[in-house]
Amino acid sequence: MLEITDLSIAFRRYGPLLTRRETRMLGPLELTLSRGEVLAVVGASGAGKSLLAHAIFGVLPGNAVVSGALRLDGTPLDAARQAALCGRLMALVPQSITHLDPLVRAGRQVGWAAGRSGHARRARHGLARDALARFGLGPDAARAYPHALSGGMARRVMLAMASVGSADLIVADEPTNGLDPENAGRVLDHLRSLADRGRAVMMITHDLTGALGHADRVAILREGQLVEIAPATAFRGAGEGLASPYARALWQALPANGFLVPVAAS
Amino acid sequence: MALDVRLSADHPGGFVLLRLLRLVLVLLAVAIIAFALLKASPIDPVDAYLGADIARVGPDQRAAIAERWGLDQPAPVQFTRWLSQLLSGDPGFSRLYNAPVAEVIAERAGASFLLMALAWALSGVVGFGLGILAGARENSLVDRIIRTYAYGLAGTPTFWIAMVMLMVFSVGLGVTPVCCAGPIGVPPADVTLLERLHHLVLPLIALTLLGVAQITLHTRAKMVEIMSSEIALYARAQGASRADIALRHGARNAALPAITMLFASLGELFGGAVLAEQVFAYPGLGQATIAAGLGGDVPLLLAITLVAAALVSVGNAIADLLYRLVDPRMRRGPHEVLQ
Repeated sequence: MLEITDLSIAFRRYGPLLTRRETRMLGPLELTLSRGEVLAVVGASGAGKSLLAHAIFGVLPGNAVVSGALRLDGTPLDAARQAALCGRLMALVPQSITHLDPLVRAGRQVGWAAGRSGHARRARHGLARDALARFGLGPDAARAYPHALSGGMARRVMLAMASVGSADLIVADEPTNGLDPENAGRVLDHLRSLADRGRAVMMITHDLTGALGHADRVAILREGQLVEIAPATAFRGAGEGLASPYARALWQALPANGFLVPVAAS
Repeated sequence: MALDVRLSADHPGGFVLLRLLRLVLVLLAVAIIAFALLKASPIDPVDAYLGADIARVGPDQRAAIAERWGLDQPAPVQFTRWLSQLLSGDPGFSRLYNAPVAEVIAERAGASFLLMALAWALSGVVGFGLGILAGARENSLVDRIIRTYAYGLAGTPTFWIAMVMLMVFSVGLGVTPVCCAGPIGVPPADVTLLERLHHLVLPLIALTLLGVAQITLHTRAKMVEIMSSEIALYARAQGASRADIALRHGARNAALPAITMLFASLGELFGGAVLAEQVFAYPGLGQATIAAGLGGDVPLLLAITLVAAALVSVGNAIADLLYRLVDPRMRRGPHEVLQ
């Protein structure tokens, strides 16, 4: 459903004497994502994971220069289509609770998301209630302001906001950040079930272990470069199934796999 | 028992009690300072009272007047006498207007209240609206125009604006009256509502312009912050339009600084009213303040000062209360984190 070809993102800055400089932060990279699939995009902080998400939704800052092509269901995804499809065909689950408006009750924000995805005003309340219920949130959570929600609940509110419309592409930016294992597992299960119901899910994370149990494929990003895309099943044993040394080193460095830090990794 | 009410801002009763206690202390401090300043001022109440007759009054007579007014007593005694009288409900007698202070203030405040309340409400609404409009799209043409206008106004003294407006609209174009709260020669009781409003227009605009600039700039700053925040980014990713974000998230969040500014500006509004009323010869509390100061009318000036201080304090307290209404994070009590 989503095809990314030759995508790169640079930031324009002004150097001395009004010279312009472009610093490339991401890419060039190629990615595809189909319906029913969970693709985990794994990398350390600063690897450009969030930039990728923001580029898909067209919400990069003004000084970002994007080149390459994004295609959604075969049609180029330009700025106009991005604006038209945001919330309707594709939805973002943002990284932190600070993306929610602190002055508005959670249920109301879900209702707004429903409205922004094109639902009629009359239907919003019911849709919001149903969407929250799908993620195990009742009227108490709907009435709560964001600061009164726990991290896991806030994440589920944002999942409800992403799925209240009819979005087929869901991009979750660090969905398990700051959550305890139980809540993280619950959020990942929800993402998996969204994919199982026919949606395409991109899960951006730095938690390789958590991602493996729920993703079909794993893309490894390193300093803006796509190192490898491997099926989740390739991450086992000593990592023989992995093509790149970096991916193998990342796998072997996990506590469960011997904490190995190969000298020749770089 | 009063002792059972814990003096803490967490408790609703405690909040009000704490506020009242603070108000009393502030008013007492204001009274002491104002009294000390008046005593230090070069204007002698007896001289000011006598005016042109000063040449015909001998030192004995002056001393007699001073004694009758209690001016021969040391300053602390004078102050204590005034204070105990005030606490018994009598703020004294205004020699300047030859009427009890309470009466003068009540009459003057009526005229000022309409002017100040209208100017306050208008500057709040207009300032907030302009701030939202400007901040919704930073550096757009609309933003640049509103910003230039607000900076220009913020740097313009009220009395100057007032004089320019008098020159242009009253003297030049002749569409507004030159002074006062009603036509000259007509007793206040016979002035019609239309005439009253006609005379109110210029002072009102002058005062409103003063308040608008501050609120516009503060609202705009908060709007710009919100429009580039993660909240706006998330809303955009949901497919929200700029107007949607500006109205739903921007205006809501910008209401906090606007409310604070609006209530904190009550003092400035009073100061502006003093100047504007003087220029337009509008018979309000502001004009009486200047007259009382120059005429050495101590009881009247002290009373006006206390009224103004109370107004500002109560305004700040209201802002604090409203803050809790607008921002759920400020509310305390049964709001534990849900699990």
